[in-house]
Amino acid sequence: MTQKLLEVNNLKKYFDTKRGKLHAVDDVSFYIYKGETLGVVGESGCGKSTTGRTVLRLIEPTEGEIFFDGIDINSLSQEVMRKKRKEMQIVFQDPYSSLDSRRTVYESIEEPLRVNKIFNNRTDLSNRVFELMNTVGLAERLVNSYPHELDGGRRQRVGIARALALNPSFIVLDEPVSALDVSIQAQILNLMERLQDNLNLTYMFISHNLSVVRHISDRVAVMYLGKIVELASYKNIFINPQHPYTKALLSAVPLPRIDLKLDRIILEGDVPSPINPVPRCRFYGRCPERKEVCKGDLPELREIEAEHFVACHLI
Amino acid sequence: MKNDYILEIEDLTVKYITEDSIVSAVNNMSLKLERGNTLGFVGETGAGKTTTAKSIMRLLPEPPTKIESGKIIFNGENILEKSIKHMQSIRGNKISMIFQDPMTALNPVIPIIDQIAEVILLHQTKDRKAAYKRAEEMLEIVEIKKERGEEYPHQFSGGMKQRVVIAIALACTPDLLIADEPTTALDVTIQAQVLKLMHDIKESNNTSMIMITHDLGIVAEACDNVAVIYAGSIVEYGTKEDIFNSHAHPYTEGLFNCIPDLSKTESELIPIKGIMPDPSDLPTGCKFHPRCPYAVDRCSKEEPESKEISDGHMVKCFLEHRK
Ligand SMILES: Nc1ncnc2c1ncn2[C@@H]1O[C@H](COP(=O)(O)OP(=O)(O)O)[C@@H](O)[C@H]1O
Ligand SMILES: Nc1ncnc2c1ncn2[C@@H]1O[C@H](COP(=O)(O)OP(=O)(O)O)[C@@H](O)[C@H]1O
Ligand SMILES: [Mg+2]
Ligand SMILES: [Mg+2]
Repeated sequence: MTQKLLEVNNLKKYFDTKRGKLHAVDDVSFYIYKGETLGVVGESGCGKSTTGRTVLRLIEPTEGEIFFDGIDINSLSQEVMRKKRKEMQIVFQDPYSSLDSRRTVYESIEEPLRVNKIFNNRTDLSNRVFELMNTVGLAERLVNSYPHELDGGRRQRVGIARALALNPSFIVLDEPVSALDVSIQAQILNLMERLQDNLNLTYMFISHNLSVVRHISDRVAVMYLGKIVELASYKNIFINPQHPYTKALLSAVPLPRIDLKLDRIILEGDVPSPINPVPRCRFYGRCPERKEVCKGDLPELREIEAEHFVACHLI
Repeated sequence: MKNDYILEIEDLTVKYITEDSIVSAVNNMSLKLERGNTLGFVGETGAGKTTTAKSIMRLLPEPPTKIESGKIIFNGENILEKSIKHMQSIRGNKISMIFQDPMTALNPVIPIIDQIAEVILLHQTKDRKAAYKRAEEMLEIVEIKKERGEEYPHQFSGGMKQRVVIAIALACTPDLLIADEPTTALDVTIQAQVLKLMHDIKESNNTSMIMITHDLGIVAEACDNVAVIYAGSIVEYGTKEDIFNSHAHPYTEGLFNCIPDLSKTESELIPIKGIMPDPSDLPTGCKFHPRCPYAVDRCSKEEPESKEISDGHMVKCFLEHRK
């Protein structure tokens, strides 16, 4: 697992707003190895979705390099990019709004195959649709159902089947289980793990739910206000976190156990605005460990031990 | 003090009667809440948690709602028999409720200090000066600077709006606070702030509380007793220790087995098979039997009674798999 499938360097996405430049993604660099799952965690608005979408060029980056399988996809024309995107897919949080309410399960799954003219006869097409339904665990009897007739878990299975239709090697999963109840969430998480093994998939798994990210990820990137503040193996992130924000975030999660007493770090205030941020550590204002040096320049994301990156002046 | 119950629900059945179906949202529910305690309501979407809470508040319009049977005894009186006027004097005063979305409780065009003062003026005093003084105190308690009182809800972040709602809900020091997924819409660091705040205020006022949540982590942290709800019924009830250390109902077991646990390195998730039943077409017998890994013939034919398996620990299951 040492080959990089995706490599992102100094990626930025700024949005123009009435009040100034909004730094949604602000100079992030990371890579994802073939066959692994990179978890991306952080609170709402920290830039997870924008990162995921920009990596697929569903949103055009402001700046930065994106290498996919060795090719700089940021320099590809829209035309070539469209072909490339067969290999790079996305699954969204709310399958209800990402599916067309007038399309049946069959029509939804068939669509990417039809648009990309994968088959030239109806039998092959229909066989593939049923094969995909089987792969994601959708019963054949549901083939003519509409989204509103399905529960959230089944709708998400349709979303996954659509993403798998063109045999991608990489999938961005943007909060894929956040709208689901826990009993259904576990079904979908297990399904995604099985698919990854069977189909050799590489995942970028975006979620605000730390327990889910810990369960599914090989490595984890922690984002705060457009920046990656820490990036490491899931064990290092969860057992040996270094960045004060990672520590606070982890300590805030209520654990489903009554035999552990936690030392909780309660952060003061809210996440500040991402519009025209002060060029210093984004966490400065809320950091319980801040010192004089932290008033200075932005801390770089540095490798403090093998494969463990932290952006903090104090480390 | 034993047997001092702030709230007793006996055999409550609530239905929604709509044009094309009858939704059995709450089915023969019974429970008791000791004064000063926090009871967790845990269950997945559609289990009937909000319906139960709104029944206690008498917030459900009839029709489409029909409270078919039962008693809700609050401070010794059956509030289902009370007049609308009497209920208005209880609501926001003796019993308050916090919803998941703070904007259901806030008026977007009124400054927040006025909204807090309003409930105080309604229930506690006619003296405007005293009411505004108390409102400012409440802002301080929820850690919002009183200078911000003149601002409107949209000028606050989600976490701060929820704190304003808490200030309104607790301004009259109610005996019972019902919190319906109060932190579900909030980020986890903000959730930690809000939970701590609720805990501190509750402790200093000895408020009794119902905490509705789908998060067993919040239950572990905030509750004394727990009711696990499935398809409109309490399937297991006990102390937090009963539920976490010696749960007996297959649904409770299923819930624990399907959540990833941040404190464990490797964990295999064992999903509960199938999906939630449609409350307008509930299965016969035990409502969990189609999803239960231990179901036997009897479970599909007969509905189990709630049985006490140890002191105060109730389980609605034949427990054939344990025999
Ligand atoms: N199209 C857009 N125009 C302006 N601002 C945007 C747009 N999309 C996202 N943002 C802003 O960018 C920041 C990051 O958003 P997002 O990537 O959705 O965060 P996350 O997925 O972590 O919640 C937020 O402040 C959000 O409001
Ligand atoms: N006004 C209504 N009309 C018809 N059905 C309703 C209404 N409100 C809730 N329900 C149904 O009642 C059941 C219980 O809902 P609810 O009490 O909101 O559950 P929970 O809070 O546990 O998610 C659900 O199946 C829901 O769809
Ligand atoms: Mg997002
Ligand atoms: Mg509810």
